[in-house]
Order: sequence, then C-alpha cells, then structure tokens
Amino acid sequence: MTLDQPRGAVLAQEGRLPPERVALVDLLDRLLAGGVVVSGDLVLSIADIDLVRISVRALIMSVRGSDGE
Amino acid sequence: MNNAGTYLYAVTRAEASAPAEDLKGVAGEAVRAITHAGLVAYVSTVPLDRFGEEPLRRSMEDLDWLSETARAHHHVVEEVARTTPTAPVRLVTVYSGEDQIRELLDRRHDDFTATLARITDRQEWGVKAYVDPTAPPSAEEGEKDEAATSPGLAYLKKRQASLRSREEIWRQAAVRGEQIHEVLKSMAVASQRHRPQDPQLSGREEWMILNGAYLVDLDRGAEFARLVDGLRGEGIDVQLTGPWAPYSFAAFAEPSRGETGDDA
Repeated sequence: MTLDQPRGAVLAQEGRLPPERVALVDLLDRLLAGGVVVSGDLVLSIADIDLVRISVRALIMSVRGSDGE
Repeated sequence: MNNAGTYLYAVTRAEASAPAEDLKGVAGEAVRAITHAGLVAYVSTVPLDRFGEEPLRRSMEDLDWLSETARAHHHVVEEVARTTPTAPVRLVTVYSGEDQIRELLDRRHDDFTATLARITDRQEWGVKAYVDPTAPPSAEEGEKDEAATSPGLAYLKKRQASLRSREEIWRQAAVRGEQIHEVLKSMAVASQRHRPQDPQLSGREEWMILNGAYLVDLDRGAEFARLVDGLRGEGIDVQLTGPWAPYSFAAFAEPSRGETGDDA
C-alpha cells in the first residue's frame, strides 16, 4: 500500500542516503536501545546496558581501526 | 536439546499471514511463526555455541558479527512489518525453546496487545539534526578596536570573542535542537530522543543536536517529511530516516529497564 511509496520518495529526495555504516548506526540506535525487552526463562537478552556500551565501543574501535574516515 | 536456542524477532497479532517460506533470519536459519494466545511470535533456531551468553559477549565486540546479525534481525522485522502491525523485539533475545516462547505470549499477552494497539497504523521516523560549528558566526564586533590597540591585545580580544561566539553557537544549536524536537513532536503520537551518535560512527563532523524518533500516523508520513524539510537552514542540517518498524516505541509500559520515552 502506502507503506513503501513514501519511503522511496523521501529517500530519493533526501539524495544522500548513506553509506552502509551510517544506516548501521541508525539501526543500532533502535536495535540496541529499542524493541520489546522481555525477560523470563530466556537464555539471554541484550537488555543489559553494559553490553550495549561494549558493543558501541567496539564499533568505534573497529571504525577507527579500519580507516580514517 | 541443549545446544539450540530459539531466537525471537517480533510479535504480531494472530491475524498476520505466515512468513514467506524462504525468509531467513540470523545465522541463515529459516524463520517460522509460533501462533499462540492470539499472538504470533516470529522465531528461528540458533546454535547456542554462537548465541549463548558467553559467545555473545565476545561476538558483540565484533563489528562484522554485530552488523550481520543486526541486519538479519532487521530484515525479518521489516518483512513481517510489511503486512501487519509489528512489535520488534530487542536484538539478540534468545529463549531455550518454543515452550518458553508460548509461555511468554501467555504471560505478557496484555503488554504485547497494548503495544500492538499503540503502533497500529503508525510508523516510526528518525530525524537527525546537525549543526556545523565551523560555520562563520554572525558576530563581527570587536573589529573596530583593532587599530586602536596593540596587535597582541587585538589578537587576544579577537580570540576571546571567537571562543565566546563558538560557545554561543553551540548553546543556540542546543536550543535549536530542542525547538526542532518540539515541532516534530507536535505532529507525532509519541517521541523518543536517542543519544547523539558519535561522529566516528555517523561519519559526520558536525555536532549532532538531535537524534529523535517519532511515531507518526501512517497517513501523515508525507506531511511529516515536508515538516522535516522545512526545518533545514540557518546552519542546521536535518536528515530524515525511515519509515522504521516501531522499534523505539515497542517497549512495554512497565517499570523495567526499557526506554520510557519523553512523551508525557
């Protein structure tokens, strides 16, 4: 329906849609800080803010290490 | 079986159609639907030697792994959200088996139902606003004095003025970020401010003054995009992302560690 249409239009008009990495950053904002957090008999859930910090730090390190952009 | 876990991506109401047969999730495993208590959980099997607690602590430090897993998770959420209101679950939520998933759908039935009601016919949009602190300040005061004072003093004065004006630019930018958020909020059903992204990650040198998420009625998406377009200018760049599945608005209303949002 209208779901895909505005996205294409908007992204097209944005013009500078990002390198993969930028999209990944936006994605991680949501995947690591958003989403339903459930607990119970689970093996593991990354609701743990420390893990989020670790992963973000790892990201920064990787980005710095891999290139100077 | 002790060596396999059940990875949970998203939950929808039971009216949803089954996932495409070839839909693959993390670790390349097929996604399947568990229908229970009027809800559908989208899951796949994951090997615990890679998705157990200890391996995950290491994996989360690995950019390639994190990127691949995040994209696979997102892909499943997007596919499901294409056809039905969807409550995305946080990255890497792993249960020991399907029974535990069914039990979850029982236990948190009302929470899932409330979340799904809140996000139905709505989309999340991301808006990031940047200010370029190197943009020339408008202040030109102080230049007149230069001839009348010693070069050293003139230099110091100029430098002080420049520092002051830089601080001023940042202060104004923060206010501007706040204003932009307020404007966007007025068209949104709910809003949430994420932490500003590290320039190393965003790839942008400018100062990020807003990293917002806005839950907007489906039929107001174009209107919202126009609103965002109108906010650019005066040294401020505004970037729109989305529409996203409602990641930032899926948290249950409970005193847990979930994000609470700043919408009162």
